[in-house]
Amino acid sequence: MKEHSSHSHSASLPFWRKYIFSLDHKVIGVQYAVTGLLFLLFGFTLIMLIRWQLAYPGQPLPVIGHLFSEKMMVGGIMLPEFYNQLGAMHGTIMVFLGVVPLAVGGFGNYLVPLQIGAPDMAFPKLNMMSYWVYFMGGLIMLASFFLPEGAAQSGWTSYPPLANLASSGQTFWLLGMVFLITSSLLGSVNFIVTIAQLRADGLSFFRLPFFVWAQFITSFLLLLAFPPLEAAGVLQLMDRLAGTSFFMPSGLVVAGEQLAVSGGGNPVLWQHLFWFLAHPEVYVLILPAMGIVAEILACNTRKPIYGYRSMVYSVVAIGFLSFVVWAHHMFLTGMGTKMSGFFQITTMMISVPSVIILTALALSLWGGSIRFNTPMLFAIAFLPMFGIGGLTGLPLGLAASDVHLHDTYYVIGHFHYVVAPGTIFALFAGVYHWFPKVTGRKMSEVLGKIHFFFSLIFINGVFMPMFLMGLAGVSRRLYDPTQYAHAGSTQPLNVFVSICAWLLALAQIPFVLNFFGSLIFGKKVDRNPWEATTLEWAAPSPPPHGNFDEVPAVYRGPYEYSVPGQARDFWPQHMAKEN
Amino acid sequence: MNPASKFYGWGLPVDISTHGPEIDRLIHVLHVFMFLLFAGWFVFLVLALVRFRKRPGHAAVYKEQHFKTPTYVEVGVALFEIVLLFAFSIPLFYRIRNIPFPQQDALQVRVVAEQFAWNFHYPGSDGIFGQTKPSLMSPSNPVGLDRNSPNAADDITTINQLHVPVNRPVSVELASKDVIHSFAIPVLRVKQDVIPGTPSRVWFQAKQTGNFEIACAQLCGLGHYRMRGFIMIKTEDEYNNWLAKMTPVKPAPPAPAVTQGAT
Repeated sequence: MKEHSSHSHSASLPFWRKYIFSLDHKVIGVQYAVTGLLFLLFGFTLIMLIRWQLAYPGQPLPVIGHLFSEKMMVGGIMLPEFYNQLGAMHGTIMVFLGVVPLAVGGFGNYLVPLQIGAPDMAFPKLNMMSYWVYFMGGLIMLASFFLPEGAAQSGWTSYPPLANLASSGQTFWLLGMVFLITSSLLGSVNFIVTIAQLRADGLSFFRLPFFVWAQFITSFLLLLAFPPLEAAGVLQLMDRLAGTSFFMPSGLVVAGEQLAVSGGGNPVLWQHLFWFLAHPEVYVLILPAMGIVAEILACNTRKPIYGYRSMVYSVVAIGFLSFVVWAHHMFLTGMGTKMSGFFQITTMMISVPSVIILTALALSLWGGSIRFNTPMLFAIAFLPMFGIGGLTGLPLGLAASDVHLHDTYYVIGHFHYVVAPGTIFALFAGVYHWFPKVTGRKMSEVLGKIHFFFSLIFINGVFMPMFLMGLAGVSRRLYDPTQYAHAGSTQPLNVFVSICAWLLALAQIPFVLNFFGSLIFGKKVDRNPWEATTLEWAAPSPPPHGNFDEVPAVYRGPYEYSVPGQARDFWPQHMAKEN
Repeated sequence: MNPASKFYGWGLPVDISTHGPEIDRLIHVLHVFMFLLFAGWFVFLVLALVRFRKRPGHAAVYKEQHFKTPTYVEVGVALFEIVLLFAFSIPLFYRIRNIPFPQQDALQVRVVAEQFAWNFHYPGSDGIFGQTKPSLMSPSNPVGLDRNSPNAADDITTINQLHVPVNRPVSVELASKDVIHSFAIPVLRVKQDVIPGTPSRVWFQAKQTGNFEIACAQLCGLGHYRMRGFIMIKTEDEYNNWLAKMTPVKPAPPAPAVTQGAT
């Protein structure tokens, strides 16, 4: 192993090679994570502006309303075009610029090589490139807000013909997406090769931490599902710029004028290509979160996770099934009853492995000795929150009940329970859990618990009322819900949701303080503060370039806690003899 | 107080359609099932957290305990999902999508959606739609009806007002001029995407009279939030009076049908 040489090599690098255009997976992971966290904050800010308009339609936004240009707000009153931009960009930023880069780019990059005992990713230059391509995509998305007509405003799903007819923001959106998809493709190839090739001696596939399994399957999803969307994005770009009509049917009359397009295209084609990505994308969002939760549960219950093998089989099954459920987003496009029958059946099938994983995680608590530290609290809360998200998928996955609930707030509530108090809680858990590894210091438990309890209360206040609004039939993406009598009847809920959203924002302040404060004031820790078993804890905190001071070999499974006959209640994977 | 508040509230709105009770029953069954599953599971979670909290004199157990119950629950859930699929959702969706009585018994109406209005096109007393052409679409002729085409003379068009008789099936053909809309009538449990270039169809039968909202459920542009129409459900007599009043000129003698339906 070229441990020594690479270490001294890194020490001699200039600052910009070491921390900016770095080849080290840990620096790239931190770059991804910090950029992803900033985008999460930005995407959250966008939706808080929207929450004002939804709670108090047509009233001027106090204090900061006058700061916006007249193309966004007039006299502090939000314009519908700005509302639609905020909605489209909130979705895009949260999914493609926030959660995925944090979960896969951040946690994946930082932890996968450490957990498999590798000195770095298989292709460090590809890794650096994937970050900078993602960064470019993010810049393009942000820049689109400064266009004369503003950012994309056709929803994060960008359905044509609306998106084809939209202003220049949509072109930027498509270009940005091409960059983001390219970045994900580069990253996923790298993960697959790294996990397949660079595992330490003795680290067989069934000794991999569940997090690595989750990243492995996630990478295949990214690799196989993103190319159709990249193709679709380029086709829509051609429709907009080169006069093609892939998604434009003949005979369109827009605003009283016949549209001069060649026609003959089909808007539903876009939906098939889009959802062929976007359903596997849901699992890209959730699998790394499940991986993080499994690691933290095992460590803080001080016992092996329940049913490791069935969890691995389930995650593989989810990977396959996630490619054959996409059209359950399209039950109301007029597809035949045979087609919808097929997709209803596959949708119910994919719920089985998801329930197995969730059940196994919950059963892991039984027989443990549970430490309630901040990462554990977030990981525990993930279970019921993801449970609600999963259960409310049932009425949407069955076409007959979907007839009433399709495209209502019920859908918003459902997928936000999966992604916000689900995935994002797991990501918070991960930040608290691995912060000592990355920085050598622990985050504050007091601030962490304040962050947790207020976030848990307010996030439910935000998303629970949305189910009632959805049952009432309130459509998504309404600039002014009081225009409809059936939506206006739920207006008090909208006010409640908005207040909870703003309080949820306040509840993030302890996290920001904790995050930056702990960099300086956090309690210093050694390499294994949680007394955990997986390989990343065998490396120094923070790990140097090349990761381990001696090449680790693996002697047992990932979660050997409380093994009888052992002096201590954890038996690290890399220890040859008993500890 | 808003007079509509007796139809709409927090939760499912009033249902006045013949097929709606089945949808509502499915939604109710699902929510009871979801609630029971979640409650049972949540009790387990709380119990586990309390019983296995870290405390002096308590240690974790290494040996994996094998539970039979989760397997039974899992199999039970899977069986229940199979029942939901084959006893409820698939046959129900089939009935919702395919009009369950002879097509000719139903009132035929075309919807031509545009940013941001619903245009309705009735075939008139001859029961046959006149021809429509995109080139004729204008503010005064929103569906682009060619009045010189056969069967077109008695056709009726309205904007944002769908008049239908009560207790009679209504078969609606949906088309869009510009972008994708979604034709939603919450009280009738009707929702169907309206996709330009690909006409689709929904049917419903109302059980009571009254005026209710039609909403757009798919983001269609800046005015999506105000793409509000009304459905006016009338008694058969009221409906026929309205029809007679709206018929433009004397109904033309039924001409030999050159075109079936609309283009």
